[in-house]
Amino acid sequence: MRAPLSWIREFTPVDAPVDEIVGALNQLGLEVEGVEEPGREIAGVVVADVLQVLPHPNADKLSLVDINDGTRETRVVCGAPNVVAGMHVPFAPAGATLPGGFTLERRKIRGETSDGMLCSAKELGLGEDHSGILGLDASTVPGTDVREVLGLDDVVFDIAVTPNRPDAMCIVGVARELAAHFGVPLSVPGAEPARDAAYASDISVTIESPDRCPRYLGWSARVAMGPSPAWMQQRLVKAGMRPISNVVDVTNYVLLERNQPLHAFDLGRLPGRGVIVRLAKAKESITTLDGVARSLTNEDLLICDAKSKPQAIAGIMGGSDSEVDETTTEILLEAAYFERMGIARSSKRLKLRSEASARFERGIDPDAVASHAARAMALLVEVAGAGVDSTPIDEHVAPFTRPHISLRTSKVNRLLGTELTDTDVLAALSPLGIDVEGSGDAIVATPPSFRPDLEREVDLVEEVARRVGFASIGRTVPKPQDQIGGLTGAQQERRVAADALVGAGFFEAVTLPLVGPSDLERFGAPTDRVIAVANPLRAEDSALRTQILPGLLRAVATNQARGLADVSLFEIGRVFLAAKKGLLPDEKLHLAGVVAGSIHRSPIEGDRPADVYDAVDAVRVLLDALEIADHALVPGSPPGMHPTRAAMVRVGGTEVGSVGQMSARVCESLGVTGSTVAFELDLGALLDAPRRDRAFVTPSPYPPATIDLAFVVAVVVPAASIESTLRAASGEMLEDVHCFDEFTSDALGDGRRSLAFRLRYRAADRTLKDAEVAALRQVGIDAVIKTHGAELRA
Amino acid sequence: MNLAEAQSALDAGLLEARSAVETATLIDDLEEASRQFLGKRSPASAANEAIKGLSAEERPAAGQAVGAYRAAVTELIDARRGVLQGVAEAAGAEGERLDLTLGGHGRMRGHLHLITQIQRELEDIFVGLGYRVAEGPEVEDDWHNFEALNIPPAHPARSMQDTIYVQLGNEEQVLLRTHTSPVQIRTMETHEPPIYVVAPGRTYRNETLDARHSPVFHQIECLAVDRNLTMADLFGTIEAFVRQLFNNDSVRTRFRSDFFPYTEPSAELAVSCVFCHGNGCRVCSHTGWIELGGCGMVDPNVFVAVGYDPEEWQGFAFGFGLERLAMIRYGIDEIRTFVENDVRFLARY
Repeated sequence: MRAPLSWIREFTPVDAPVDEIVGALNQLGLEVEGVEEPGREIAGVVVADVLQVLPHPNADKLSLVDINDGTRETRVVCGAPNVVAGMHVPFAPAGATLPGGFTLERRKIRGETSDGMLCSAKELGLGEDHSGILGLDASTVPGTDVREVLGLDDVVFDIAVTPNRPDAMCIVGVARELAAHFGVPLSVPGAEPARDAAYASDISVTIESPDRCPRYLGWSARVAMGPSPAWMQQRLVKAGMRPISNVVDVTNYVLLERNQPLHAFDLGRLPGRGVIVRLAKAKESITTLDGVARSLTNEDLLICDAKSKPQAIAGIMGGSDSEVDETTTEILLEAAYFERMGIARSSKRLKLRSEASARFERGIDPDAVASHAARAMALLVEVAGAGVDSTPIDEHVAPFTRPHISLRTSKVNRLLGTELTDTDVLAALSPLGIDVEGSGDAIVATPPSFRPDLEREVDLVEEVARRVGFASIGRTVPKPQDQIGGLTGAQQERRVAADALVGAGFFEAVTLPLVGPSDLERFGAPTDRVIAVANPLRAEDSALRTQILPGLLRAVATNQARGLADVSLFEIGRVFLAAKKGLLPDEKLHLAGVVAGSIHRSPIEGDRPADVYDAVDAVRVLLDALEIADHALVPGSPPGMHPTRAAMVRVGGTEVGSVGQMSARVCESLGVTGSTVAFELDLGALLDAPRRDRAFVTPSPYPPATIDLAFVVAVVVPAASIESTLRAASGEMLEDVHCFDEFTSDALGDGRRSLAFRLRYRAADRTLKDAEVAALRQVGIDAVIKTHGAELRA
Repeated sequence: MNLAEAQSALDAGLLEARSAVETATLIDDLEEASRQFLGKRSPASAANEAIKGLSAEERPAAGQAVGAYRAAVTELIDARRGVLQGVAEAAGAEGERLDLTLGGHGRMRGHLHLITQIQRELEDIFVGLGYRVAEGPEVEDDWHNFEALNIPPAHPARSMQDTIYVQLGNEEQVLLRTHTSPVQIRTMETHEPPIYVVAPGRTYRNETLDARHSPVFHQIECLAVDRNLTMADLFGTIEAFVRQLFNNDSVRTRFRSDFFPYTEPSAELAVSCVFCHGNGCRVCSHTGWIELGGCGMVDPNVFVAVGYDPEEWQGFAFGFGLERLAMIRYGIDEIRTFVENDVRFLARY
């Protein structure tokens, strides 16, 4: 909210410098987001009295205006059509400055000397009106600084009020906080409007939903519609509101000043001359002041006329039918207290927020409804010539009770870490309007009715903390007594996994876990377990990912669109599958990686396109870094991947993910070009898998025996299974085996290939004899031939 | 040959040897010189023969002269050999030239995402203060994300949260967590106090990605619960943390009253701008202060929600956004940078 200092000072004589006031408001939790001084750029502009207006001899559209600026008579050339003798106007003489840093000079215009200029509202920074010179009130004294006359010698604080402080959403509330802080008095005068003895009320107020509307005050008055006076308009403008008419301006003025939303119905347009407060019926509708037809539910509260036709959505916005306008002669002023949650729910459902609803949902002062209505009526007498009915109709079910809260000074100190005395506590609370009795641990505090946020002891502790200031609280660092800080094993291993991939040349990405369902379909996600977003902003963000790869491939596409064709990315993150039982989804920790484009080695070796072995390497690095004991790649066709260039990753017999070349179709649909290989693993499953035995084994000091074996087998036989067969057959003497050569040829026959393996045998306790090696060799050959239908190549 | 004659023959031989060695251009020439001046027909050899005819008194002096001669010639030859070998190697190496500025085989390391780096850094600071790292689900229920945190339905505080709901359970019952605070609740629900944890993680808001908004971002949250933790402990812990984070003892902190439903009293945390030292600059919007996050004493309603006795236990919590911290530190001006994954950004940190 915007709070002009001049308005605040009407209630408390705060005279601290502006920066001290800002500091105080900030400390108190009323965060100052901006400070404006509207008249700061204006200097030397004064009120002048127009003496006579003569035509300019050399220009049809200009005139010569003789003025008295309080000290002298002088003449200016003016182009505005509205200047007449007797008018009081803002005069900027030579040497004066205007907003924008513009300084006036005495100069000749079409041969006539002009000693400065007369100003429009726009030229003074007061809105957009540039149609003529700004007319000042006739009571203004020539020579007076216009900043004073126009209320521009002011400071406006733009304050962000937290939702727990409805009381601070008004000028009086801000004044109260400042008065407490600076130790100066706060004075909020009551008001009792003069009654019009010739005007008797015949209005009615019926509350049908007292739980939603605990208090409703209706008060009628005869009014003379018109603009509100300049002082009121100036304050509204400074506070950020547009002046509309005297009656509407008064309701807004009291809202801003006292935090009481008010509504003025045109009583002439209120059939039955009364109101009924009731819940809407299903499918009922109303056109609100903003011209929008709103359909309602039976949870919305309505203000209806006495014939039960809706005239306003209670506490949120008035209807257009009974809106006051220039023809209005009689009003019904509404001052009410509406139940907070009801307003909040309606406002949220209707997506309709107003100054009134913001205040009602936070909670206004239920006890002050009548006095605030009286303040409004007093202002209406002043600015709209109101003839006020003698008796308002003030319907309320039960008096509001203020809570009595037990407060212990010991608790204050125990929570804040302070050593405050009873006196300190009382001194902190009393100026906020909190009644405090008792001492020590038997203090009873009764908060004022405008502080609905104060319900518990701890709320009062916070008030004490705000008032004494956080700077006066000490600084200590507690140390946990029974725990040693650290990461869990799984947390450490996630770091290990990420570091391993970084070491292997991958860049870590963070992608959005919100994806389009079509992306997931392409990857063969189990559609029955995909979780849809209930309120998506875009179709592309309408489901939770079940795999990381779609998002990661989109990141590749983003890079490629920026001319960055060659990327290696990985991401560790959650994926989401609807749970088979229970409310919350299964959240699995996945790790996915992608290599796209070329592997750069040039010019030492030529660049080459990324191939599936780059992805396999990454998976192997990862499995090794995590010391996974039992893992294997088994041929498979994971969705989204090339049908014959992919494999499933199996750990301890369970599938934990896949690796392979991405299908060209999927890449194209995601905007990815070039050779793209990828992997995605269930990292959680990996972290749960058995790890390699870390027990030490002495490396044998005896020499190895190394032999090569080449087999011809069907191409569908994986090299890894032949290695497994060799390992199983050879036993512990086989220290290492790996495939070092692969080729196909016509001579081998269609569907057959040659695979050559290098085997290194070594005994732990002796040098192997030739005969032993020969026997091991034969065992291996026999096993491979038998198991895989292989032939030994000579 | 007497002693004087032998000495003079050796001197002459040495002069000749020096000349021969210095003019040698091939290693082979040096081999020849070695044979000529140190071999069987060399002046040394002749002198050795002559020694046999000398008196016992003269022999040691003659022997020393021969030794000196051999040493001098050997040194000349070795020195020249070194020179000639260097020349030969240089000539051969020209054909083996490699340009090391071409780069390597291209096997380079990658990089952790900047957010991960910061998250680890923060985790490690808290671990140093004795905390453990707690985690919780990213898809949460209304209870853990709102209700248990003292944010009941239609509470005004919910208007501060723009929540992504998912189609599970009842309407607006299951959501993507809007902050890391539900981890507080889960930790307290499953552990007896005292508790000292930090909870880093991804959080969500219903916003479309642009320069200033992102549907996904990261927070870290600290929760401590013990018998007598005070607001002074909260402020002290934050100050210790901030000094470590900025590696700077002169960074000042500022606490202002604020409102969060789950803490009471609550405060907003700001630190003096590390770029301008509080004088005002673009990073701190010329205020000298950078708002980092929120903090406060755990609200008794939160303790009640998890079954702790608020008379027995007191605690504090604070949290802030990792993206914001990174943006401040490195002058990153668009939040979408963090999820675009442009490799130039990823490679920079």
